[in-house]
Amino acid sequence: MTIASNVSGVMSVGCRIAPGVSEHFLCYPPGVMGADDRHGKLVLEDPNLIAAIQAGDGGAFERVVRLHGGALLATARRFLRDENDAREAVQDAFLSAFRTCRGFQGTSHIGTWLHRIVVNACLMRLRSRSRAEEVSIDQWLPRFKDDGHHEAVFTDWSPGADALIERDEACAHVRACIDRLPDAYRTVLIMRDMEDMPIADIAAALDVSPNAVKIRIHRARQALRTLLDPAFIRSATS
Amino acid sequence: MTCREADDFLAGYFDGTLTPEIRAAFERHLEACANCRAYLATYAATVRMTRRASAEDPPAMPDDLIEAIVASLLR
Repeated sequence: MTIASNVSGVMSVGCRIAPGVSEHFLCYPPGVMGADDRHGKLVLEDPNLIAAIQAGDGGAFERVVRLHGGALLATARRFLRDENDAREAVQDAFLSAFRTCRGFQGTSHIGTWLHRIVVNACLMRLRSRSRAEEVSIDQWLPRFKDDGHHEAVFTDWSPGADALIERDEACAHVRACIDRLPDAYRTVLIMRDMEDMPIADIAAALDVSPNAVKIRIHRARQALRTLLDPAFIRSATS
Repeated sequence: MTCREADDFLAGYFDGTLTPEIRAAFERHLEACANCRAYLATYAATVRMTRRASAEDPPAMPDDLIEAIVASLLR
């Protein structure tokens, strides 16, 4: 593990983490709040920085915006698919967060707290958009014969896909297919499989039951699988 | 168990939330049904690819957006 302090008053801790091991247990000293940037690099936040924000220190605001803004902007882009909307959602989220930061108890990581706020800002924007006619997800769900067997015959393209996904164009194709899903399904898929949010948090944010979230995620994954099928079958057989 | 019934339990199997009895019945169906094995493998690959597709490095926060946010906060 390496630790380096930078000018922002934030310590960066680089460490490799074994799969399945919670990085928080490995890298956070007791009593220090932290945030992880989803790439195995952990950032420990100076408690003084939190206190400075709560005291209204403009320099501290800027350091937090610089530290967390990029990740929040990436999240907002995933949800909103529009650069101006994403920028406005991030701005709304930071304003909302800093105006209510006295309520930040330090019981969650500040990155997690900001992430929750930007997700809510994105959901509010999605709800307020005038809804275009959405396609039905049914066309991408599996169909069954009267005897209970699948109508389709499936090809296992998974071994090739795992190699292909390291390429940028394959990631771009996956994201393009996700963008074709109806918003209600696209949103839960992003929250669960891209933003790694717990089912209970998704249910609370969408004001639906956890079971409804699970069903919607399953259908979204099934529909996405169908959308990915042609390109990955071609790759598997070429 | 038919493929249609297996489809109802697929998400639970994937999440590890099936009861031992249903899980055993699901796995017996998988052993006998190559089509469902292929479906499950590609379903799991879809989830892995979705996670991988979100793992790009966060973009740099544009300076003009930082300035706009800080200016709004201090207003």
